[in-house]
Amino acid sequence: MRKPLLCLDGLTKAYPGVLANDDVSFEIGEGQVHALLGENGAGKSTLVKMIYGLVKPDTGQMTLRGQPYTPAQPSEARLNGVAMVFQHFSLFDALDVAENVALGMENPPALRDLARRIRDVSEEYGLPLDPSRLVGDLSAGERQRVEIVRCLLQDPKLLIMDEPTSVLTPQEVDVLFHTLRKLSAEGTAILYISHKLDEIRALCDEATILRGGRKVATCDPREKSSRELAELMVGQVLSPPERAERILGEVVLQVDKLSLASNNPFGTSLKDISFTLRAGEVLGIAGVAGNGQDELLLMLSGELPASAEQVKLKGQPIGHLGPNARRSLGLVAAPEERLGHAAAPDMSLTENALLSGAERKGLTKYGFIDWHATDAFAREIIARFDVRTPGPHVLARALSGGNLQKYVIGREIELDPDVIIVNQPTWGVDAAAAAFIRQALLDLASKGAAVLVISQDLDELLEVAESFAALNEGRLTAVRPAKGLSVEEIGLMMGGAHDMHPAHEGMA
Amino acid sequence: MMIGSINIAVLLAALMVAATPILLAAIGELVVEKAGVLNLGVEGMMIMGACVGFIIAVNTGSPLIGFMGAALGGMGLSLLFALLTQALMTNQVASGLALTLFGLGFSALLGQKYVGITPPRTPKLDLGPLSEIPFLGRALFSHDIMVYLTIALVAAVWWFLKYARAGMILRAVGENHDAAHALGYHVKRVRVLAIMFGGACAGLGGAYLSLIRVPQWTEGMTVGIGWIALALVVFASWRPWRAMAGAYLFGGVVVLQLNLQAAGVKIPVEYLSMSPYLITIAVLVFISSGKARGSLNAPGSLNRPFHASN
Repeated sequence: MRKPLLCLDGLTKAYPGVLANDDVSFEIGEGQVHALLGENGAGKSTLVKMIYGLVKPDTGQMTLRGQPYTPAQPSEARLNGVAMVFQHFSLFDALDVAENVALGMENPPALRDLARRIRDVSEEYGLPLDPSRLVGDLSAGERQRVEIVRCLLQDPKLLIMDEPTSVLTPQEVDVLFHTLRKLSAEGTAILYISHKLDEIRALCDEATILRGGRKVATCDPREKSSRELAELMVGQVLSPPERAERILGEVVLQVDKLSLASNNPFGTSLKDISFTLRAGEVLGIAGVAGNGQDELLLMLSGELPASAEQVKLKGQPIGHLGPNARRSLGLVAAPEERLGHAAAPDMSLTENALLSGAERKGLTKYGFIDWHATDAFAREIIARFDVRTPGPHVLARALSGGNLQKYVIGREIELDPDVIIVNQPTWGVDAAAAAFIRQALLDLASKGAAVLVISQDLDELLEVAESFAALNEGRLTAVRPAKGLSVEEIGLMMGGAHDMHPAHEGMA
Repeated sequence: MMIGSINIAVLLAALMVAATPILLAAIGELVVEKAGVLNLGVEGMMIMGACVGFIIAVNTGSPLIGFMGAALGGMGLSLLFALLTQALMTNQVASGLALTLFGLGFSALLGQKYVGITPPRTPKLDLGPLSEIPFLGRALFSHDIMVYLTIALVAAVWWFLKYARAGMILRAVGENHDAAHALGYHVKRVRVLAIMFGGACAGLGGAYLSLIRVPQWTEGMTVGIGWIALALVVFASWRPWRAMAGAYLFGGVVVLQLNLQAAGVKIPVEYLSMSPYLITIAVLVFISSGKARGSLNAPGSLNRPFHASN
């Protein structure tokens, strides 16, 4: 048994209405890679925030190297050798790499010395980085390197990693794992948070599983099958979505050699995109975040208009049309950001139903809103898509992620479209809701609609899509049948090959 | 040197004086916005500074104490804004507008008995032989201390934002307050301090009007200069030196058009009077729109309220 580094004893934290953590206890040994496993909302984030000093536990104690450990703020945690790489990067786009690193350190050296140390450390661990670049220009993988290097410069004893691989290509994941194993061999303990079971089984020595804020088990993940771990985590038996056999119909959506500048200065412009989508087809588009997914969705939904001839719906040029015109022609879209893009947070579900349903459902007459019909439409979505909410009068922001996602996807499906575009349909959604949403998309396809799923979750794409393409720096690869694609090939399609070799070949 | 009836040295000297109050207010607001707060109350804080500074200078007989009082007056009003937006989480735009209206009204009330009085004179800074240099001496080296302090302040703000760690933290808070919070920085504390600095600067700018530029107290004497300062900050892409160039350009056109009016040029007065606003904005829009990334300098969290989620 390793010497314990950090012991958690009976940690409990309640928020109004939610018990985020309930009497959680476990130990992390020195140099151990310890997984923290759980669904969204299982209390993983709250737990690590307590370790990192962002949240104070209501009751319970922590001991670090035998001493009582009660960090009042992150700087105290950092001084005690606890460092954290965040899930949503805690980086500043308009500042350069060195400045970003300096902001996360307690006593940073002068920026010039820091730049040299960043180069040294990033070389040593195979994470190449240029300290003078603006963070806003970096890819997701490079941004993560900034966070990791920031932590490494402080010689951490415990490194907390919150869902580090959710934005990486398979090859980037390999590089990251090399780095983490090297750190662990040098005696740094790692608390690795994830819900990806294969990764945990490949990397971690021990796993603690949380469900609903409580610890369910601590085990050696290599002795359990992924299925056993998943059922511990979810607490129920899951069935994969069923795909009905179907025959592909006519080409309904055609995009031809389309290039389009992004509307966001840090965005990715689309370059020479061509593909076709047939009735009944589910096309999955993979890619690491920031490779043009948002722009692709905006272009297809009509928010970012192109020239008319380059986008055709059932042979009709629609490239110049806005979202409402496209919707009435039968093309609908559900963007990634639920709150603020797909739904207006401070409006009720009824009002949100109106926003996209007005055209196809005829919810307005002579410029007046038919509230009766709108309300009925909202209720229909809630009933058919099992949205857990007291009623359609509830504000969109009051719904949990999974419920709101079911609602916004359901709203588009209810419009009975010919083509539906979804971006990250199950991001941050619990497993049960995710399975439901995937099944709903497959059902829609089997009724003859064309479905385009943009996602960073490869498992999801392989589950639902029959054809597969990847976005890389705004370019789309050729579309290939999903059946028989290996993870390796997918990784290469995602363009993971570029800039991914460890700085020292000898390391690998 | 003369062009027509206009003496260039005098024109330059007047330009610096005309630009100083705008520049003071703009540099303060620049820091506030870099911290991610949009305070539209600049006009209100300026007029409070003008009024408080005037009253204190008249009663103590010292313009210097007047200026200090003005800074405190502007800061006091800005604290009201800080309380509203940072503690009570009100909307920044609405609170800023309310601050301007409140400042205009409150200063009118305070200054009622002071209309028509002449304040104590602020002496020119004695720069010895420098002031004797022909042309340059008259144009650049015969001003009161505030003109030079303002330029020094611009340099200090530039240095602070670019090189100081505290400045980097301030920029970080303005760029992404959630990330700054996650790293353990005190977003609200930084913002309140920035708001106070902005208030003090605006107050000084106002007092410069009532104690030196005009010098007199009248109701609503800032006549929209606070708004120009706000526009300057945006069009200067949140860069201190560019804000200074903008302020001097504005001051220059103001002085020039006054001279042209006096010289009896055959352009309707209305056009001359509107020219400083038009020209300054046109030039700055041109500068800031040039590069595709001109707007990138805008603080990412500007005007977004910060709620610590836990």
